[in-house]
Amino acid sequence: MLGADELVINMGPQHPSTHGVLRVKLKLDGERVIGSECIIGYLHRGVEKIAENRTYQQFAPYVDRMDYVAAVSSGLGYCEAVEKLLVAEAPPRARVIRTILTELQRIASHLLWLGTHALDIGALTPLFYCFREREEILKIFEKYCGARLTTHAFRIGGLQYEAYDTFEKDVERFCKDFESRIVEYATLLTENRIWIGRTKGVGILTAADAIAFGVTGPVLRASGVKWDIRKAAPYAAYDQYKFEIPVGTTGDTYDRYLVRMEEMRQSRLICLQAIENIPAGPIMAKVGKVLKPPPGEVYHAIEAPKGEIGYYIVSDGTVMPYRVHIRPPSFINLQAFDRMVRGHLVADVVAIIGTIDIVLGEVDR
Amino acid sequence: MLDKALFYFFAAVAVASAVLMVTRRNVVHGAIFLITALLATAGIFLQLRAEFLFIVQIILYVGGIMVLFVFVIMLVNLDVALQQIQFARQKWVALLVALALAGQVGLMFWSSGKMPGQGLPVLTAAAASSLPPNSETVAHSLFESYLLPFEIASVLLLVAMIGAVVMAKKRM
Amino acid sequence: MQATIEFLKLYWAPLLCGVAVVAILPLIAGYIVLVERKLMADMQARLGPMRVGPHGLLQPIADAVKLLIKEDIIPDNADKMVFWLAPVLSVGAALLSLAGLAIGPAFQIAQDINIGILFVVGISAMGIFGIVLGGWASNSHYSLMGALRSSAQLVSYETAAGMALVSALLFTGTLNIKSIVEVQSIEGIWFVMLAPVAFFTYLVASIAETNRAPFDLPEAESELVAGYMTEFSGFRWSLYFLAEYTNMIVVASVATTLFLGGWLRPFASVHGLPGFHLLNFLDLVPTLLLVAIAAYCIVRTPKQPTRVQQMFMLAVAGLCFVVGLVLLAPVVVPIAKPFYAGIHGGFWFILKVSLYIYFFMWLRFTIPRYRFDQLMRLGWHFLIPLSIINVLLVGVALIAGSYFNLHGWGLLLVTTPAAIITLVAALMILAAEKQRDAGHDPNAASDFYAG
Repeated sequence: MLGADELVINMGPQHPSTHGVLRVKLKLDGERVIGSECIIGYLHRGVEKIAENRTYQQFAPYVDRMDYVAAVSSGLGYCEAVEKLLVAEAPPRARVIRTILTELQRIASHLLWLGTHALDIGALTPLFYCFREREEILKIFEKYCGARLTTHAFRIGGLQYEAYDTFEKDVERFCKDFESRIVEYATLLTENRIWIGRTKGVGILTAADAIAFGVTGPVLRASGVKWDIRKAAPYAAYDQYKFEIPVGTTGDTYDRYLVRMEEMRQSRLICLQAIENIPAGPIMAKVGKVLKPPPGEVYHAIEAPKGEIGYYIVSDGTVMPYRVHIRPPSFINLQAFDRMVRGHLVADVVAIIGTIDIVLGEVDR
Repeated sequence: MLDKALFYFFAAVAVASAVLMVTRRNVVHGAIFLITALLATAGIFLQLRAEFLFIVQIILYVGGIMVLFVFVIMLVNLDVALQQIQFARQKWVALLVALALAGQVGLMFWSSGKMPGQGLPVLTAAAASSLPPNSETVAHSLFESYLLPFEIASVLLLVAMIGAVVMAKKRM
Repeated sequence: MQATIEFLKLYWAPLLCGVAVVAILPLIAGYIVLVERKLMADMQARLGPMRVGPHGLLQPIADAVKLLIKEDIIPDNADKMVFWLAPVLSVGAALLSLAGLAIGPAFQIAQDINIGILFVVGISAMGIFGIVLGGWASNSHYSLMGALRSSAQLVSYETAAGMALVSALLFTGTLNIKSIVEVQSIEGIWFVMLAPVAFFTYLVASIAETNRAPFDLPEAESELVAGYMTEFSGFRWSLYFLAEYTNMIVVASVATTLFLGGWLRPFASVHGLPGFHLLNFLDLVPTLLLVAIAAYCIVRTPKQPTRVQQMFMLAVAGLCFVVGLVLLAPVVVPIAKPFYAGIHGGFWFILKVSLYIYFFMWLRFTIPRYRFDQLMRLGWHFLIPLSIINVLLVGVALIAGSYFNLHGWGLLLVTTPAAIITLVAALMILAAEKQRDAGHDPNAASDFYAG
């Protein structure tokens, strides 16, 4: 009835731990995974095709819906890409506020990742602590632009809304509180024997493999490759601030956990540096109401919380883009899943899916 | 009066379970009936004031050996076995031997009443309060009178365990 | 007929206790679930059930009613008889083992069994069949895998638990539950101080025995295999749940009886060292505790949002106050003095069991889950050698103690070195395991069940 021979089991698309509608077919030998296949597309909405029939400003809310966990970053990437096409630049004040909001979004995205990843491995409590902090960030977003999740915070050319009255104070208070909270999460998990036992040595991705698969973001950095677009090709106001890029050594799940924890700390530092000195001035560049970029193409990538999100926009001179292609980090990172999961036990599959930090909205678009 | 009723209850359950166990098609049902047979036997032990044997029967037989049986039943592919003919060709010889054995046992029961000194010894029940606790009696005999056989038995069990582990590991 | 009347005249008290326990236990288990949910909420910065009844107190009743009226789904090719039998076995074993326990010196259903502790442990081991047969009867590959994993875990940790109990039983010389507590009373010291390593081993093993976190992989929701309880819906599932919480009460009671002094008040020695009677003021602790809870409820009453919740808080305060008075009576009122052992014994026993279960729940919300092979490795490679070494060393310590004629607190002189040596041995085992792990190829095929 239960032999030790090969078995193919199906996980998802409805499953509490696949973080969305991901279907994974696992080929098992007894309890070990000897092969896997990810079947995606359950959340495909044809976003890239829709872009061809919307003006540039009309398409901006759509990019929030891809990585719905980190909408602000996706919006930043898109707005900057179109600004590159228009050869326009957002004013300094807008750039600094964009940086603050994007870094807050990075913290929020990592908090959600931490909570759900810990929940998958069995630690029930960090989820609620992480969401308590995430709630503070979402309140700031709501006060700023009216929305918590799909924010559409930025506009092409700058910002629509001025930073509200208590913006700096709110961000400063959050950053001050956050320091002790990170210590809370670290106390619960970092030195915990069971956590280390479940994550060390699990899902190892070597640096060579990571580069070969095109993996980016914390997954790449945990494998030992020091590559962060914020340092390599700075955008928004990142060149003005001092921060470190955490890099791991072995590329296992524990390293990815440590890298993301450190990234949260660094984001907090960036926010603190930024709110000290927000330059005065206009928040919107002079780009006109009707955007008709000159014919041409642009590829602009930024460091989203999950990795490199790239926008490839081809303009034919009309108000609607000819083609928009989005390079989602989760989609590319998911390719490495098969390499990471081979040889591990079934109980590790859930940990590995969690550690890549995928959002199916981004994978499927 | 209550004693007799309890004894007949346990005995009936034991016999019925044993019969059901060997006649079931479904192996798991057979295992369940074996469990009830063993539990009934434990009940009889309890009636004989052998409470240590009662609980050891439950812990070892029911809680250990039967769990092992059930594990094996569930892990082994039994469909092939079930396709085969249930009774072997020696069933007439088996019937003959069973009748002979039954005859011997019946003769023993019959003769213990009729001929003194033959068959089963008829003992009177000791007063309950004069018996030392069964656990202590067993412990005293195991660790004082029968210490050497006890140790040899434990070494035998150790050898069996190691043998099982070695055999299981070899298949890897 | 005459025999029945004789039987009833002799055994009416235990029978009444038995009926009471079976009737009330589902309710108690339901409220333990509510306590767990409220504790979980408290540790997770939220409130927990608040809607049903004041502060969510009627939640268990709502859950019970919901489960009772749910549709009873039986999988298509499931074996109906075994499907019906499996939860019954689980609950039956759990309730039967509860019968052998003594809550306080006055309340025991199966009174004066010679083999007390062994009875409890043995019968609760029969609950394994409920799990295995339940998983098999579901006719689902995943349920069966979950059931086999769960029962393999139970069987592995039973050995360690048994050896831990043996270490404590070495001090008593008898298996009778009341005698065990009596010995602790005579010696004046609880066995947790004489055999701390055994207590720790039993603690860990009992968490694994009841399938609680961090050993709850077979029934975790985020795992691939959803566990043996998957196909059971409605009341059948609640029977399994009842069995799990009853098992928790049973292991907590066994640990309390053997290690934590049963129903004894701390420092309650009658024949012990001189000066102990100075600590008799501890008799007032139960009353003070309940009066403090009542006072807290009264203080918080005005802060409640609705009138119903205010009345409820006052009612709780009143109840705690009354119970506090009942606990005070045997201490001060001379007529009630004979009831001291029963009432205070019951209080202390329930307090200790609650603390043990609180620790279980605390662990569940704090630490992540062990993977199955790590779990088996912990049981076989660490806990069983540790408990065997502990039995040996405690035996040696006892012989040394009787040679030097030590009693009560004096036994600490010999058992503490034994405990220290056991701890050193434990650290050596852990170091050896780490070394073996470092040299072990993680991708080599290994037997999952072998640990």
